[in-house]
Amino acid sequence: MTGAGIPVWLAWAVVIPVVAGAALSFLGATGLISLKSFYDRVHAPTLGATLGGFLIVVGSIALPLVVEGRLVLRDLLIVVFITLTTPVTFILLARAAVYRDRVEGNADAPEEA
Amino acid sequence: MTAAAVLDGGLGLAQLLLVLAMVLAAWRILRGPRAQDRVLGMDTLYLNAMLFIVVFGMRSGSTIYFEAALIIGLLGFAATVALAKFLMRGEVIE
Repeated sequence: MTGAGIPVWLAWAVVIPVVAGAALSFLGATGLISLKSFYDRVHAPTLGATLGGFLIVVGSIALPLVVEGRLVLRDLLIVVFITLTTPVTFILLARAAVYRDRVEGNADAPEEA
Repeated sequence: MTAAAVLDGGLGLAQLLLVLAMVLAAWRILRGPRAQDRVLGMDTLYLNAMLFIVVFGMRSGSTIYFEAALIIGLLGFAATVALAKFLMRGEVIE
């Protein structure tokens, strides 16, 4: 385990964003099972994908910074990539679901715009 | 409490929360009820697995896990887009 030599308040400052990000991801996953229709559920995991991932990466950038004084910004690649791809995947998935529901004549398909 | 104990406990708690999120996503994959729900569950599962690996890399202090997380993100995106295309058209590449 790294980070034995740093002050305790700095350890808390690293840990709190990571736990908050993981809690947001968990909250998004609970929405995935508690919401009733597919069109409600498709919103829930974006909570963990955007702010949850951002907070965890903030912690993973801060840890080498406070332990070794080393600034590693490549973890930001993960945030940039998730933020760009999540809306694309979910809009494609939602459009596929709308198409399937309309073809089958399901009542919960959204109205034609 | 020492700094090492705070880091170890906090990162362990974050890992536990991410594993619970993965369990909920796996439950959605198993239950369905329709194919698009299963794809949504798979997307949530790989996102949480990626974040879990990032936290795992923080705990171990190794830089290898960053590459693993990035590859999971890239391949998961391609997989979800391909599955959405398949659900819509019945073909991935036409």
